[in-house]
Amino acid sequence: MPGAVIRARGLVKHFGRGQSLVRAVDEIDLEVAEGETLAVMGPSGCGKSTLLHLLGGLERPTAGEVWVAGRRIDTLSERALAGVRRRSVGFVFQSFHLVEELSAAENVELPALLAGCSPREARRRAMLLLERVGLAGRARHLPSRLSGGQRQRVAIARALVNEPLVVLADEPTGNLDTAATLEVLRIFAELRAAGQTLVIVTHDERVAATADRLVSMRDGMFVDDTRLAAARPRGLGGLLWPED
Amino acid sequence: MQDAVLAFLAKEPAHGYHLHTRLRRALGPLGESLNRGQIYVTLARLERAGLVVAERAAGLPERPERKVYALTPAGRERVAAWLNEVGWPKPDLAEFHLKLTAAAATRLADPVALVAAQRREVMRRLREVQQAALAEPAESGAGPLLEGIVLRLQADLRWLDACERAWSGAGDAAGGG
Repeated sequence: MPGAVIRARGLVKHFGRGQSLVRAVDEIDLEVAEGETLAVMGPSGCGKSTLLHLLGGLERPTAGEVWVAGRRIDTLSERALAGVRRRSVGFVFQSFHLVEELSAAENVELPALLAGCSPREARRRAMLLLERVGLAGRARHLPSRLSGGQRQRVAIARALVNEPLVVLADEPTGNLDTAATLEVLRIFAELRAAGQTLVIVTHDERVAATADRLVSMRDGMFVDDTRLAAARPRGLGGLLWPED
Repeated sequence: MQDAVLAFLAKEPAHGYHLHTRLRRALGPLGESLNRGQIYVTLARLERAGLVVAERAAGLPERPERKVYALTPAGRERVAAWLNEVGWPKPDLAEFHLKLTAAAATRLADPVALVAAQRREVMRRLREVQQAALAEPAESGAGPLLEGIVLRLQADLRWLDACERAWSGAGDAAGGG
């Protein structure tokens, strides 16, 4: 399919064996189109995080194929796979995973430096991205001096620093309060408007509702696949204003 | 709507267009469909009911937009009564519940599929409200209203999950028997 940034065919991931075998991902087919925001919802333990890890090359499938930007990644060497993760995929995690000893700007720069960017270029990109997530004034702060919402915004800037084809977010608002959740969703909305492909795993309907498309998972399988974007917005007036 | 218009006049007399602006500001994106004509119609009704009086600016031709409206003592009493009244809109869940019951009993439709379709519809509404909430400036007076609608829709989704559990269990029992 042209325009598919991520493609999975017959994706399977098992953990354990025999009696304790868990089919975390059980024969999943998926295509994520360029520029699409896809939300994956389901109860905890349904396999949604494992699916995200398989799509981003953090884990290898038991069976099936994963293609990122037309390149099959499940058969790549460890080294080549690390390259794909670094250049093509940006990860955002529930618990931020920032390096506590590095400043916000240094955290954002790190993947760019690892990908071979000059320090000067890495710094330039980091400052632009921190500005984009509204944290230009906190560039020198250590993560410990930032709120949860600010840390997640730093993590989003870091995920974007190598201009990835797709951003994969695993419960990105799981540790955030309502106000910080809205901040993160605003940034995602801006990314979406800029054409960034996004896959968001979440159990929060508010987060899922901002996606173009929603798949629901149960026991390692997709049970629903819905396009959320209305053909024409209906407006909110009718929601609340009955005829007097 | 009548009560809200009255209450917005309680602080000071106002023009219809001023009331319209204040109501729209309080409602944010939900007030977009509220037009000035509705306000004038409501004010005219309130005037006939003796709850407001209209004062026309001297020397100008009589038009609703020239009038300044003020509460009468009866209007003031009604505002006080409205503010102290404990009422709450009832969510109408019985109809959907009966739909699922009828679908299962007649086997004309699969209740679990009906729940799934309803969930998609609620998610689409949630998306619209959520997008409006994201577009709303932080200082908007409509924030709590949008939050309330989001929370209600989330409660609806919880209930649909409960319906799904109940009716998929029922389907298994019927299928196994």
